[in-house]
Amino acid sequence: MNAILQTKGLMRMFGGLTATNNVTFSLPRGARHALIGPNGAGKTTFVNLLTGVLAPTSGDIFFDGQNVASWPAYRRARAGLARTFQINQLFLDFTPIETLGFALSEARGEGAQFWRRIGTHRGVVDESVDILERLGLGDVLTRRVGLLPYGKQRLLEIAIAVAGKPKALLLDEPAAGVPEGEREQILQVIEGLPAEMALMLIEHDMELVFRFAKSISVLVQGALFAEGEPAEIARDPRVKQVYLGESEVEHHFEARA
Amino acid sequence: MSDTPLQADRDKAFAFLKAQARWRWPEIALWAFAFASILLMPSRALLINEIAILALFALSLDLILGYAGIVSLGHGAFFGVGAYTAGLLAKAGAGAAPLSDPTLGLLAAGATAAMIGYATSFLVLRGNDLTKLMVTLGIALIFQELANKFSDITGGADGLQGVTPAKVLGLFDFDIYGKTAAFYSVTVLFLLFCAARVIVHSPFGISLRAIKGNALRARAIGVPVDARLRAIYTLAAAYAGVAGALLAQTTAQVSLDVLEFHRSADTLLIVVLGGVGTLYGAVVGAAAFKMMYDFISSYTQQYWQFWLGLILVVLVLFVRGGIMGLIARLTGQEERA
Amino acid sequence: MLTNLFDGVALGMLLFVLAVGLSVTLGLMNFINLAHGAFAMAGGYVAVVLMRHYGVPFFLCLPIAFLTTAIAGAILERTLYVRLYDKSHLEQVMFTIGLTFMAMATADYFMGASPQIVDAPPSLAGNVSIGDLEFSRYKIFVIVFCAVLAFGLQTALTKTRFGSRLRAAVDDQRVAQGLGIDVTKIFAMTFALGSGLAGLAGALGSPIISLDPIFPLKYMIYFMIVVSVGGVTTITGPFLASLLLGVADVAGKYYVPTVGGFIIYTLMVAVLIFRPQGLFGRPVKR
Repeated sequence: MNAILQTKGLMRMFGGLTATNNVTFSLPRGARHALIGPNGAGKTTFVNLLTGVLAPTSGDIFFDGQNVASWPAYRRARAGLARTFQINQLFLDFTPIETLGFALSEARGEGAQFWRRIGTHRGVVDESVDILERLGLGDVLTRRVGLLPYGKQRLLEIAIAVAGKPKALLLDEPAAGVPEGEREQILQVIEGLPAEMALMLIEHDMELVFRFAKSISVLVQGALFAEGEPAEIARDPRVKQVYLGESEVEHHFEARA
Repeated sequence: MSDTPLQADRDKAFAFLKAQARWRWPEIALWAFAFASILLMPSRALLINEIAILALFALSLDLILGYAGIVSLGHGAFFGVGAYTAGLLAKAGAGAAPLSDPTLGLLAAGATAAMIGYATSFLVLRGNDLTKLMVTLGIALIFQELANKFSDITGGADGLQGVTPAKVLGLFDFDIYGKTAAFYSVTVLFLLFCAARVIVHSPFGISLRAIKGNALRARAIGVPVDARLRAIYTLAAAYAGVAGALLAQTTAQVSLDVLEFHRSADTLLIVVLGGVGTLYGAVVGAAAFKMMYDFISSYTQQYWQFWLGLILVVLVLFVRGGIMGLIARLTGQEERA
Repeated sequence: MLTNLFDGVALGMLLFVLAVGLSVTLGLMNFINLAHGAFAMAGGYVAVVLMRHYGVPFFLCLPIAFLTTAIAGAILERTLYVRLYDKSHLEQVMFTIGLTFMAMATADYFMGASPQIVDAPPSLAGNVSIGDLEFSRYKIFVIVFCAVLAFGLQTALTKTRFGSRLRAAVDDQRVAQGLGIDVTKIFAMTFALGSGLAGLAGALGSPIISLDPIFPLKYMIYFMIVVSVGGVTTITGPFLASLLLGVADVAGKYYVPTVGGFIIYTLMVAVLIFRPQGLFGRPVKR
């Protein structure tokens, strides 16, 4: 099968509100895909459905050939579906090395080992350090996460997600709120991720989207509105219409049209 | 990137992680003192025994409260279950091995409490903090009512009489001065403390702290959150059961008092007083609590409760992190809340 | 059978007035106040002292009990409670258990450990017979009084400006703040009102439920059942839960006295397992 992640007729209602409306979607292996849409389009809800934070009202989710719609979040993560969060979700009392060591142990299925202290598996420690170094966190290995600057915390979000070598990674606005000076580092980290890892970028920032994505889906009011290559999407007048009023985004479309 | 600085960082990280779990001299001194105190102050053996039991019970609460973030108002249920299990077993054996063997009593009490802990963990781990409080409290009250109802088994309000444990390991008889009792309880506390110390520094232990810190993220990493919480809840129940068994064996009686609400409340106080999520807080807190209790009740037996309440209020308002937090601040170590 | 139902309803009505303040403060600030029963006890003792030592008539004691505990609540809220809103539930629990213990010991010190015997006022003494059945006059008064109070509260909550602000704040604090509602002030007033109601109910209940220094601990579990089973998003929830609890308590003690509180605790645990947000509560939005 060519797709790593697929949905069929995915629905999610909140009371009377339809947050995700009949989404049938496919993410190919090794994809460089972007999911865009105006504010309140239900992008994060969609990610929460895919990763199991929310249960769908109806519809199916296939990951790596299996229907995972009823799986709890942790099982999907173990199967190789990773994500980052729009708002940092970190362990503020941990150090980066503890955070990564923990994530790696879990990925290796050693998370329930209670009889040995952490750090005895040299391989885990070395790999943790390697990942942290690669992502530019080598100088803060043993600093408390809560004390790290925001940009570093953002990088750590990504480091945790890639530690388990996922087959697919959903990046929810990875550069949101990061100061201009530190943005480039995050972009480079994302571009440097292994080619076989399917990436889906949920993003509002069109500069980032057009730089990174090979294909784009547009989500509007919970439903898939348009799909295609970046050039097609940029030309599509309907998409432009959707973004009417969000001047910054409009500007981007103007520039590319 | 050259290879050398990377290797240096790897070594540094390795050493950093290793240092976390290393035994430090104040710890060794504390345990040496605990054992030596029984020899140095034989007249206080009964007090030391009580402190050790309180400390073990508090330790079990700290495991779920401090490391997994489960607030429980009904942890006393497991203490009571353990006490009755050991008491009934010792009574059944009429002071002779094998049934009255104290070690068997501890194991049986721990196992029974663990089973009930596991069964109730499914109920406790639902809902928010308030729901947890109510469910734990409700379960404890149910056990209290059961013990009261089945008074032909538990001895009801009069308590269980004729609890006569056999010699410890077949060697040491419980004496009236409490010397054997104190050695016995402190040893059990020490062994279980060491086990707890290993556990909290293990991958499993760090996953609990991660869940407490951010369950959403822990799930996204692939941590089966509920299973881990059930595991630690079960273990904590077993610890509490063993603590209850120690009380039954060393005092040779069990009364309905073991299931009273104040036991759960006292234990919460001990953990908060000592410092939540530190393990040693349970030991230091138990000693401080017991000495405070003796000090205050030497002046006013009846209104001890007032001072207890005042201590709680002052602790919460002014002494964050309890005694261990205070020590950490005084010695300039970074606080790890 | 009917008499039991009647007694249960009386107890339930009383429980509602006792617990309603707790339910609202919990919903508003997500603050777990285990010391709520101490205010009820204080109200009861105020009434007892006034009646016994100063000859104040019973009906005057009720408003005084309300005012005294409301003021006490307001003072404690501003000086102590306010420091705990941003702290963990563990700390809130420890703190309020501490306050409860202090209140209990203080009551014991001044009033003694034995339960206070309070007679219903002469105008409400004795029974009313309807057919073969006898109903206590005082309990009829309690039911009517509490029903009026509950109705008044519900009306105040839906019809007044304060009520609508309060509901907005319970629903979504951040949005309410954005609309210019002073949540802190609302909370302080609600806390005072809730404490006052507890005190009032403590005084009102003194002739029918025993008033002694362990009252706050004994009834803590009842209050907590009311709020956790009733949910904290409405006041009809706690109202129904109170009635249910009152009837179940009286019926349980009458028909199966040997199991005592067992039934209630089991029911509570069962309810919370199947509906963690309470029997009548809506799931709280994130």
